[in-house]
Amino acid sequence: MTMKTILLGACSALAFVATTASAETLTIATVNNGDMVRMQGLTSEFTKANPDIQVEWVTLEENVLRERVTTDIAAGGGQYDIVTIGNYEVPIWAKQKWLLPLEGLGDKYDMDDLLPAIRGGLSVDNKLYAAPFYGESAMIMYRKDLFEKAGLKMPETPTWEFIADAAKKMTDRKADISGMCLRGKAGWGENMAFVSALTNSFGGRWFDENWKPQFDQPEWKAALTFYADMMKNSGPSGASSNGFNENLTLFQQGKCGMWIDATVAASFVSNPKDSKVADKVGYALFPSKEGVANHGNWLWSWNLAVPASSKKAESAQKFISWATSKEYTTLVAAKEGWANVPPGTRTSLYKNADYQKAAAFAAPTLAAMDAADITKPTVKPVPYTGGQFVAIPEFQALGTTVGQLFSAVIAGQSTVDDALAAAQATATRDMTRAGYIK
Amino acid sequence: MARKVTTGAKIGWTILAWVVALLIFFPILYALITSLKTEQEAIAGFSLIPSGTLENYITVQTQRDYFKPFMNSVILSVGSTILALIIAIPGAWAMAFAPGKRTKDILMWMLSTKMMPAVAVLLPIFILFRNFGLLDSRIGLTIMLTLINLPIVVWMLYTYFREIPGEILEAARMDGANLWKEIVYVLTPMAVPGIASTLLLNIILAWNEAFWTIQLTTTNAAPLTAFIASFSSPQGLFWAKLSAASTMAIAPILILGWFSQKQLVRGLTFGAVK
Repeated sequence: MTMKTILLGACSALAFVATTASAETLTIATVNNGDMVRMQGLTSEFTKANPDIQVEWVTLEENVLRERVTTDIAAGGGQYDIVTIGNYEVPIWAKQKWLLPLEGLGDKYDMDDLLPAIRGGLSVDNKLYAAPFYGESAMIMYRKDLFEKAGLKMPETPTWEFIADAAKKMTDRKADISGMCLRGKAGWGENMAFVSALTNSFGGRWFDENWKPQFDQPEWKAALTFYADMMKNSGPSGASSNGFNENLTLFQQGKCGMWIDATVAASFVSNPKDSKVADKVGYALFPSKEGVANHGNWLWSWNLAVPASSKKAESAQKFISWATSKEYTTLVAAKEGWANVPPGTRTSLYKNADYQKAAAFAAPTLAAMDAADITKPTVKPVPYTGGQFVAIPEFQALGTTVGQLFSAVIAGQSTVDDALAAAQATATRDMTRAGYIK
Repeated sequence: MARKVTTGAKIGWTILAWVVALLIFFPILYALITSLKTEQEAIAGFSLIPSGTLENYITVQTQRDYFKPFMNSVILSVGSTILALIIAIPGAWAMAFAPGKRTKDILMWMLSTKMMPAVAVLLPIFILFRNFGLLDSRIGLTIMLTLINLPIVVWMLYTYFREIPGEILEAARMDGANLWKEIVYVLTPMAVPGIASTLLLNIILAWNEAFWTIQLTTTNAAPLTAFIASFSSPQGLFWAKLSAASTMAIAPILILGWFSQKQLVRGLTFGAVK
């Protein structure tokens, strides 16, 4: 090989590298949810329209994702240009200046169309720090046929008393049908999501205005006793280890009379491909307690945000604008049907006749989301925002510890009083150490 | 003289050996069975009879590219093992044949580094990687895997080398062999079974390492451990798909272990009988 050939080869290689390098590559960290997987599949539509941007996906388990992204942002690693995070993290991270405000979403991006409850949870000082990809609240999913068989009729705004009674009536141990399936698996995002929402609706709160834990108050005792009794009377066996996925399976196999959980589950239980009871499911608002005007305030959204360490913020916002736009919804509808579009982020979706026709759960989902207000989680005054969680950094650890104590009650290893006393002691210690209690 | 073993005892021991082997192998077997179930079957409860669907393998393959993380796993495990051996053979030679006053202490100190939980040094290592531009690079991860497995490699080689009579090396030296020749032409060939088993064990350890390989990579250098981790889902069923991904990830190393088990056993029992 002559020197000329080598030089020519090197030049063409360089030219190739230069062409490839001109396209900016975005690295997006996400979780393995159905809607996210769908988005990955449709990415080529974005890159086709934006040939100067390439997209690489990093899919991680939810807790690993939090750990990785936290390390990366805190140490300025700059490995991710877009991260998928929950509305729990958004205000905390925004205040720590870990996220960039989304100011480059473009003129066409209809910001006012975002559901107010969701938008409020993602904004700090009126600036949007993450765009919602899909959102959810919680509601009752119930078996219409079993309700009828038991001579029951679901009221428009059910109370806990009615629900407990209905669950008991629907329970048929011989037929392996439990009247009520609820989360029991320990974790701040598992059983504590439900128990916190339940306690909100009972008028309870995690902390008073001075950050003093409230587990020693009557509302918590009433809520936890109610939860434990209902699980004992009408819950499935082994309920203390059931989380979202386990209850989903039980419901899909026709083993639950009711299931109170995230609204996003509605699309799974009504999908005839996976669910044996797809055509028998009814939906109703999250119950409230008589005399307490609160439906739990469960509100969650998976959002796309740009970490402050990203060096490709402009392209990243371009992608976010595309993935959370009305046009993206239309694209998913065209490719996969209206029932599969990401729910719970835009008002326009719930006004869409095609969506309402394809998704029987559309109206109840919107009603549930409208009923949630994370700025006022409970009827009493609180120093925090949140609903099924408390939006402070310490909540992850504290929520999980308390979740373990409450899970033990459902497993029959502890009593309500003991669990509440232990929760009060742990929370008081943790909050004092963290400097909330002076 | 060999002890007489009755047929009854033989049968008893054989059954016991099979039970123990099955017990150890069971999680892998169950992952394989689960990978052939539907998601509903997978989560429904304990069952050894799958419906035999291959849907999960197809989904796993269509959702994510298997080849890239597979190649990364091969490069990282083989690369880090070779690098570790290059460093460890001379090190273990020195400790076995020319021990100093503090050799035992050094060996203990090396092992003690394995006692610290990895997460304790996550941030310093992460910052070092960031500063040297090694995040998500195969070179960085190869160095990392070499360093974390080095104590075990040195220890294993040290144990094997000590079984080799020093007189043979002395004889080589008297015949005019220098240090390099002594290690390459005399010591290494004699310790081949030991080196081979160290090599295989280290490849397995590096292949299965799931903390640093997930923490320090994103897309370019992510091996199969990251591939498996990506199939867990907070909302939606994933056990069967996760099992399919796990089966695909461990299959190559399982096959390697199967074919090299003779060598592995020979190496691990090397020096047991003098």
